[in-house]
Amino acid sequence: MISTQLLYSLAGVGLFAIGLRATLLHHLLLPRLLALNVCGAGVFLIFIAVAYAGIEGMADPVPHALVLTGIVVAVSATAMALALGRRLESKESETMKSEAMKDE
Amino acid sequence: MSNAIIWVIMVPFLGSLVSIIWSRYASLIAIISNLAALIASTVILTQVYQSGPFIHELGGWQAGLGISLRADALSSILLVMSMTVISAATFYASTYFTDAAKRARFWPLWLMLTVALNALLLSGDLFNLYVTLELLGLSAVALTALSDNRAALQAAIRYLSIGLLGSLVFLAGVALVYAGYGTLDLAALAKVVQANPLSQVAFGLMTAGLLIKSALFPLHFWLPSAHASAPAPVSAALSALVVKVAVYILLRLWIDVFDLVLTPASAMLLGTLGAIAVIWGSWQALQAQRLKLMAAYSTVAQIGYLFIFLPLIVVLPEGTLQDAAFTALLLMALTHGFAKSAFFLSAGVIQQYCGHDRIAELGGTARALPLTIFVIALSGVALIGLPPSGSFLGKWYLISSSFHAGQWWWIPVIVVGSILATAYVFRILGHAFGPGESIGRVLNWGREEIPALMLALIATLILGFGSAELWDLVAQHGDTTGN
Repeated sequence: MISTQLLYSLAGVGLFAIGLRATLLHHLLLPRLLALNVCGAGVFLIFIAVAYAGIEGMADPVPHALVLTGIVVAVSATAMALALGRRLESKESETMKSEAMKDE
Repeated sequence: MSNAIIWVIMVPFLGSLVSIIWSRYASLIAIISNLAALIASTVILTQVYQSGPFIHELGGWQAGLGISLRADALSSILLVMSMTVISAATFYASTYFTDAAKRARFWPLWLMLTVALNALLLSGDLFNLYVTLELLGLSAVALTALSDNRAALQAAIRYLSIGLLGSLVFLAGVALVYAGYGTLDLAALAKVVQANPLSQVAFGLMTAGLLIKSALFPLHFWLPSAHASAPAPVSAALSALVVKVAVYILLRLWIDVFDLVLTPASAMLLGTLGAIAVIWGSWQALQAQRLKLMAAYSTVAQIGYLFIFLPLIVVLPEGTLQDAAFTALLLMALTHGFAKSAFFLSAGVIQQYCGHDRIAELGGTARALPLTIFVIALSGVALIGLPPSGSFLGKWYLISSSFHAGQWWWIPVIVVGSILATAYVFRILGHAFGPGESIGRVLNWGREEIPALMLALIATLILGFGSAELWDLVAQHGDTTGN
């Protein structure tokens, strides 16, 4: 019977590993971003497992504060990557249109 | 006086917010706030020089609960370097952007980059390092994307996703450190860290994450495209500072905190990667068709030199020899910072003048832009490591430390790297002095050429002749986190 803390930590490590593998394998922006977020969720889960102090004990607040900050960072970075992706897409469709114009 | 450590972060931060509101006066706001931060950074350096490292606890909250800022020899020297480069690039950028919309987007991000750099260098705990690293990464990516063409956007997306991966891996290491020791304060960690499997895994993760950020071979693949496609003042800051602060964190962790965990074998591995980076980066720089791409590959090579010091510092006995190697490492980093930023700023002038930066078509630029080509030659002197530049001394000590440590095999790497550097610098000069039509005045664009000249002069003359002070500073208040 393994302890709750260890179970959650191992789940965190597992998520991290899955995310890492997918990040390295995918080259398209969207799958890669999702993979990065899975990876991040794994890290946050490890932090939360570290903070756990049993059912009776009070959880350590510091890792919680860290995870909150981490989530804010992850959300803003994801938003920025999506914005850049959209910008790139509109640039590419512009060039395609202008090339099509030339052909005609 | 100790308030300088707050001002150096808060002034650019306020400047960034104000420049969003009054975007018409943004460049003036940026110049004023960066000069103020430059003054604050020199105040910090003098304070460290006179009375040693000091800690400032924000709002009086002690470490563990609050955020503590710390200045010591290493961080204050790098702080002054980063503020000098940023200030020069700020003057340069005040006339660089002609498009009003682009200019309005540039300044707030630029000031935020300054905030992130300064806060990172003064951070005293691992989590603040993570947050500032992310802040730095995000502002750097946004600034890279400012070029707003396909290549730049692709480079920015790659830079962002690889940077995110790096910082997540780093954060995983931070989580393990907290699990093991219950603190993230660097000074407190330095006292309790032991060489056990947990520390090794945590240390390995943090190192891997930072190696991505510092672009050590073979993790450098994102760097050339990002640095080459960013606007010129941004490239200067990215190559000279953003990559270097990742190396700074690595040094902090390796030498101050995890010195028991760092084995000679792992140091040797990193040194070997550094040596490959020197040769491979210089070779790619020699092959590059474009000026900015060449400079970016040269950064890969110059970062490699910094890693060669590591196996030497680990092996050398504590005392004068180790201090000398450490100071030489710092001197190499400083010289590269000043020289590469001067180089990128000059490359920007050439790009604006010629409308391109293809090396093969630079003929006549030496007559049209004499001062800019002079600056490129000066920074070339520092990149090669000719006397009296700071990197001449740095390489000299690198070679003598290799002898002292009994690791002669680094010497051929340094020699070959320097020969390749000579080749790529002279390749540019050869093309620049080629035939061309126009003849220009000595000084064409004062606001753009003079900052670059200042940076190049610091790299070649001031750091070469005035580096004795650096030796004193490191010997007195060297790599000590404990006090």
